[in-house]
Amino acid sequence: MFSLYRIAFLSLVRKEINRFMRIWVQTLVPPVITTSLYFIIFGNFIGGRIGEMGGFSFMQFIVPGLIMQAVITNAYSNVSSSFFGQKFQKNIEELLVAPVPTAIIMGGFLVGGMTRGLLAGLFVTIISLFFVPINVSSWLVVFVTVLMTSLVFSLAGLLNGLFAKSFDDVSIIPTFVLTPLTYLGGVFYSISLLPPVWQFISRFNPIVYMISGFRYGFLGVGDMPLWMSMTILAFFVIILFTICYRLIEKGRGLRS
Amino acid sequence: MTTALEIHELKKTYSNGKEALKGINLSVEEGDFYALLGPNGAGKSTIIGIISSLVNKTAGQVSVFGYNLDRELVKAKQQIGIVPQEFNFNGFETVRQIVVNQAGYYGVTRREAMTRSEKYLKLLDLWDKKDARARMLSGGMKRRLMIARSLMHEPRLLILDEPTAGVDIELRRSMWDFLRDINAAGTTIILTTHYLEEAEMLCRNIGIINHGEIIENTSMKTLLSHLEVETFILDLEKKPTSLTLTGYEHKLIDDLTLEIKVTQKQGINDAFAQLNAQQIKISSMRNKANRLEELFVRLTGNGERS
Repeated sequence: MFSLYRIAFLSLVRKEINRFMRIWVQTLVPPVITTSLYFIIFGNFIGGRIGEMGGFSFMQFIVPGLIMQAVITNAYSNVSSSFFGQKFQKNIEELLVAPVPTAIIMGGFLVGGMTRGLLAGLFVTIISLFFVPINVSSWLVVFVTVLMTSLVFSLAGLLNGLFAKSFDDVSIIPTFVLTPLTYLGGVFYSISLLPPVWQFISRFNPIVYMISGFRYGFLGVGDMPLWMSMTILAFFVIILFTICYRLIEKGRGLRS
Repeated sequence: MTTALEIHELKKTYSNGKEALKGINLSVEEGDFYALLGPNGAGKSTIIGIISSLVNKTAGQVSVFGYNLDRELVKAKQQIGIVPQEFNFNGFETVRQIVVNQAGYYGVTRREAMTRSEKYLKLLDLWDKKDARARMLSGGMKRRLMIARSLMHEPRLLILDEPTAGVDIELRRSMWDFLRDINAAGTTIILTTHYLEEAEMLCRNIGIINHGEIIENTSMKTLLSHLEVETFILDLEKKPTSLTLTGYEHKLIDDLTLEIKVTQKQGINDAFAQLNAQQIKISSMRNKANRLEELFVRLTGNGERS
């Protein structure tokens, strides 16, 4: 049985990776271009006038945020569009009729989303090296944070794909929820610079904790305590995994 | 003999309140070629949906080769191959990717899947299209691709939901030959079809479902023997000056076409003898409708088929 599950899992992962690699111009190139523009405009042109932030150059400060932004966006959109696309074309039935348990189905989609998110993050990191040297305070924190964040947003994308009934539903959440939360999550600024009211409101944005944790891994400083970032990440992993698992088991939007 | 499919008191009520299945009991033996027929909306696709885990049942039990769907789902699923009515593969993937991935979901190693893909794509005349994107295939090729995909894990029970819909007659015949071959090799087949001639030619046993209930479940031979009256169309060589057929209900459709109803007790020999005595020569003869079609319409009480 283990062999069956292992082969099924690898088949699904291969299919998911093939999917986004097949359309690499749509999936992998945009984050590279967008981030290059961010580095040039905000880092080089404007950042040079901003001066230091938390003891680091503005460019050094925004690198972790921009990497995380690429990871979040790509992990999320990969799973939401792939899962909904398969639901829409009905080829999700290929998996549902096969002896593949829910955890393996989820695992395949999540690894696909995480791989795309991490690849996008890697490309952004490489681009950033053209602009600024990268210091890493703790590799462990960097890896754990980026892995868990890509997992959280892959799960969120899966949840979106499960509920979505049209392609509009797949684009609404990233446009109206994910993008504002990411931009307001401290990619370009430190939360400590905000007025107290906005600092308080920002504490309800989970992305603040993720970017803060990731930045801590690079720079050794963050807006939020590291333990809090890790706790929030673990909390969302558990909650989202449980919800998605139950919905797929019940066949929500998949079985009649 | 082992039972390939055992359905006991299967019920399904959809969330909108529609009672699709009202306690179905059905048994299909291993090696059978079984036709499941019924009008549109009778419940055929619901049964297939429940067997293939795409529809949640309301009550009842389903076993495939002795494996209960509730208790041994993985084992049960491994026995089943499904060819659905609608195309449900990813049109952007290549033909070979589709079949190899599907094999992987059933635990077939990649190396073995590559070997099997060559075997089944060749058998279904798709080998030269192995690297083509599935959306570029013709309708007939897409149907064959779905059959190839369903066979990759070499199931013991193959369920085909209208596999020849929209397929031209030449291709349909080649698919019949293929299905006969795999049935002869031991695969149990359950078929739903729009073409009752297809069911009559291929299947040994038949179930007819109507309004969520099985109204007939017997051998094709027994069912056809229930047909008491057959209608024949006789093409005449030339226009008869007069025509008398004692004991047969008949009518001249036009100058050269005679329709005649023949009961089982009568047989048709006497009709020929009478026509011969009147110097009326017959150039050809055919059934007015497919025999199974006549019975089907009578049993289900409407002309709509599926």
